[in-house]
Amino acid sequence: MTTATVTGTGGRRVAGRRRSVLSDRAYRGGLAACVLLFVALVGWFVVAIVIQARPAFSTLGFSWIFQKTWDPTHNHFGLLPAILGTLETTAIAMVLAVPIGLGTALSLAYLIPVRLRPPLSTAVELLAAVPSVVYGLWGLIALAPIWRSTVEPFLSSVLGWTSLFNGPNSGNGLLLAGCILFVMVLPTMVAISRDVLAVVPVEQVEGAMALGATRWQTLRKVVLRDARTGILGAFTLATGRALGETVAVALVIGNSPYLAHSLKSTAVTIPALIVNSFGEATGTFRSALFGAALVLLVIGMVVNSVARLLVRRTARTGVASVAVA
Amino acid sequence: MSTLVLDASTDPILERRRRVQSAATASLARRKLASRVALGVCWLALAIAVVPLVAVIAYVVTKGLPAWSSDFFVHSTVPEGVPGGGIFNAIAGTLVIGAVATGATVPFGVACGLFLAESEGRLAAAVRFVADVMTGMPSITVGIFGYIAIVLTTGSYSGLAGAFAIGIIMLPIVTRAAETAIRGVPVTVSEAGFALGARRSTVARRVVLPTALPGVITGVLLAIARGVGETAPLLFTIFGSQYLEWNPTQPMDAIPFVVYTNSSQPYPDLVQIAWGAALLLVAAVLVLNIGSRLLAAWLRRERA
Repeated sequence: MTTATVTGTGGRRVAGRRRSVLSDRAYRGGLAACVLLFVALVGWFVVAIVIQARPAFSTLGFSWIFQKTWDPTHNHFGLLPAILGTLETTAIAMVLAVPIGLGTALSLAYLIPVRLRPPLSTAVELLAAVPSVVYGLWGLIALAPIWRSTVEPFLSSVLGWTSLFNGPNSGNGLLLAGCILFVMVLPTMVAISRDVLAVVPVEQVEGAMALGATRWQTLRKVVLRDARTGILGAFTLATGRALGETVAVALVIGNSPYLAHSLKSTAVTIPALIVNSFGEATGTFRSALFGAALVLLVIGMVVNSVARLLVRRTARTGVASVAVA
Repeated sequence: MSTLVLDASTDPILERRRRVQSAATASLARRKLASRVALGVCWLALAIAVVPLVAVIAYVVTKGLPAWSSDFFVHSTVPEGVPGGGIFNAIAGTLVIGAVATGATVPFGVACGLFLAESEGRLAAAVRFVADVMTGMPSITVGIFGYIAIVLTTGSYSGLAGAFAIGIIMLPIVTRAAETAIRGVPVTVSEAGFALGARRSTVARRVVLPTALPGVITGVLLAIARGVGETAPLLFTIFGSQYLEWNPTQPMDAIPFVVYTNSSQPYPDLVQIAWGAALLLVAAVLVLNIGSRLLAAWLRRERA
């Protein structure tokens, strides 16, 4: 500390400066305390769920996660139907969302008239903010009857040979849940992909065009290639959203905890299972639900960590990243 | 003319050029066709994407508007079978929960954002990453955490438990938005403050934060928009209540909660209320989103 060299009449200044140094330290310390509190909160989040889930793991071991019978009244807590239901609905959503989302993002970034690009891109980001319960209500009331009367019979007659569409037309089920998830994650997919597509350097695009590449060749071999990491990030973020969605899926999936034999069957996902059983659950049953939440937590952490590592490289910042994440 | 063609067919160099040209023309035609088809597919994707997104908004507006009577906004829920009744209890619940969550999250999140913006170390990088991962966590796990942390601890469902869960959702958003906004403040501005002998806290309070305000407000409004629309965290925390309740230590209702519980009811008038509530929710979220963008743009123009 250099204050020692100051002598004589400078005493007051020294005291003031010392106070100022102390104040700076207190300021930094206060902020660091806030950040540590934040970290502690996240740690508590994980530990709290682990503690509540522990009884299930200590009485049932770890194998219950992959058993296929969910029958709480007889102490069977196989989570496999819910895990598969979660993966199946997410797969349906992403199979639809990837081509349609990418095509839409390319259109928004390069094909539509320049003047329309900012307002339409904003509109997509606004749609990403529509609460999921609204999509669920829409799916349950508006879409389920159409699915039962038109979409499912049509798919059965056209694609019946794949045996993916066996069984009665129920409206609610894996297919409708997947479709609702598709509509829900589409704005996320489009908004982030459009961003990473739009920041491809214009010199590269012009260079490709100057070499005689067609528009599509330019988009495919320059733009899409350049943006692939970001697009993978967008895909992963959207997947994470679909995996963890609760209320929209719980409203339309039919909630039957059996292994689905067809895309039309009713099924259940991990979040839907938790929401529907939580009120009546006690003892090991309740602990098993906390265990299911823990499984979801781990899946969410892994998927989102991967997504963030991928999107980080494209350095998406500011308002938009918050809006669509 | 005909001699020239004969010449060309015999001259090996001219013959090669002709072949190359025809190959190039064919390739161009093929590439142009492929391009047209592929771009057509992109346009088709855009058209397919627009349909459901427009449909959901149109559906919510046409179904929701008829539910918007004056009773709807000022009366609380009445038992099924009794005519009238509204969702004032849910509106009050959402306002209280949103206010408590915002009040707790904003100072905390802005402080974390200040720290992150001023730090480059490993701790800061880790916190940044954790905050980003938290924004994508399944919201139901946050609801479970709210249940364990508040409902089990205090022994009762309450608006506070809901606000806690919603706050967990909002905190990383506020933190990252504040950090981004603060990073946007030029170093020269805060250095000018230091050169005048101001303390770091003074510079932060009087120089950095006011300059970063548009970005911070934008982030806060977006966080609120995200928070008030969440349903899953509330399902485990607030329990729901038919009665008007302003006290956050009691069980409360909330707008997304009403949409969820009423949507699967067998009574048409309860479903009608769900549509009205859904429209209100969409309107609130869109107003917050658009408002945050306009406000940020306006503040930026004011300053420039």
